[in-house]
Amino acid sequence: MATARATIDEIPGTYIFDGALATKGYALNKMCYSFNDAANRAEFKRDEDAYCAKFGLSAEQREAIRKRDVLALLAAGGNVYYLAKFTGIFGLGVQDIGAQQTGMSLAAFKDKLKGAAN
Amino acid sequence: MAKLVGGICTSHIPAIGNAIARGLEHDPYWQPFFAGYPPVRDWLERTKPDVAVVVYNDHGLNFFLDNLPTFAIGAAPEYHNADEGWGLPTLAPYPGDPQFSWHIIESLVAEEFDVATCQEMKVDHAFTVPHALLWPGHRRPVKSVPVAVNTVQHPLPTAARCLKLGHALGRAIASYPENARVVVIATGGLSHQLDGERAGFINKEFDLMCLEQLVSHPLALTRYSIHDLVRLAGTQGVEVIMWLVMRGAMAARVREVHRHYHIPVSNTAAGLLLLENAA
Repeated sequence: MATARATIDEIPGTYIFDGALATKGYALNKMCYSFNDAANRAEFKRDEDAYCAKFGLSAEQREAIRKRDVLALLAAGGNVYYLAKFTGIFGLGVQDIGAQQTGMSLAAFKDKLKGAAN
Repeated sequence: MAKLVGGICTSHIPAIGNAIARGLEHDPYWQPFFAGYPPVRDWLERTKPDVAVVVYNDHGLNFFLDNLPTFAIGAAPEYHNADEGWGLPTLAPYPGDPQFSWHIIESLVAEEFDVATCQEMKVDHAFTVPHALLWPGHRRPVKSVPVAVNTVQHPLPTAARCLKLGHALGRAIASYPENARVVVIATGGLSHQLDGERAGFINKEFDLMCLEQLVSHPLALTRYSIHDLVRLAGTQGVEVIMWLVMRGAMAARVREVHRHYHIPVSNTAAGLLLLENAA
């Protein structure tokens, strides 16, 4: 896979969710996928450590979950569609996590999007 | 014989579902987006399709990474929506058309598209939001055949493959012996990126070029690799490959009935296109 990657240009600030990342992130994504179920979201909120342990998260993944740090979760193999189910627990939508990942305020992030119309 | 009455492409952003649920269609933020839809609703009222083939991507409601098909076709009597985890209201089921589904599946596999088949299939916002936009008020005037395309786990099917799938889908519809009036609906796009330091990326120039080429020269879009599409349209902007499935199902020459484009809806450039086969 390293060879294949070397042949294509990197896109700055962009994660291609390929086999390598999906392998790395499987436990994390599986936990986040479980958050489709309200009972699982409640169980996570009751005891976050126990819930993460149940899915066998790596130390890197556990720390990124603790910090609600989307860029760290992506680096740990998370896929944004599943991560959105995690951030949704805290009422964070895609614009909130867009602001977080770009280091902007929510208002500035929304303005940037509006600016794309021009 | 079945008749393909038209093709529609529309964005499927979850925030639209929230806006509909909260009655925000006339809100200043939302009005310029929703203003694009009445001509397509009027066309549907006039044309009265009775089956919709809906080409969309599942975002982790029905499929997980344990078992993720590249192309999956529903063959269920009805399709259920469910909790996606972040607060969209769960909507009433959508009627299916198993007989038509199996005809499409048989026809596609005979043409070497080895699709997965699903007799149970939950449909997420990528299916339900377009339905709510096109037929407001929780109506269910059409039966549906969902066609799910993997846009989650790379490698994704190429633009060229999706256009070819569309060609085969068009032949499958044309060969169905029943008197069905069929509309093909593709959902997703246009340019947007949710993840990474480049989150919020939108590329208006590329989107407008795609809309132009989808009408007049869809083959031109197959020169873009998935990597090109991620670079030019954003990580989630690759959803435009589903629009190529719809376009492939249409005739070589089409008439553009309606087009709408609006930036932004949430993090996304929203597009809408309605095509009929040219006489």
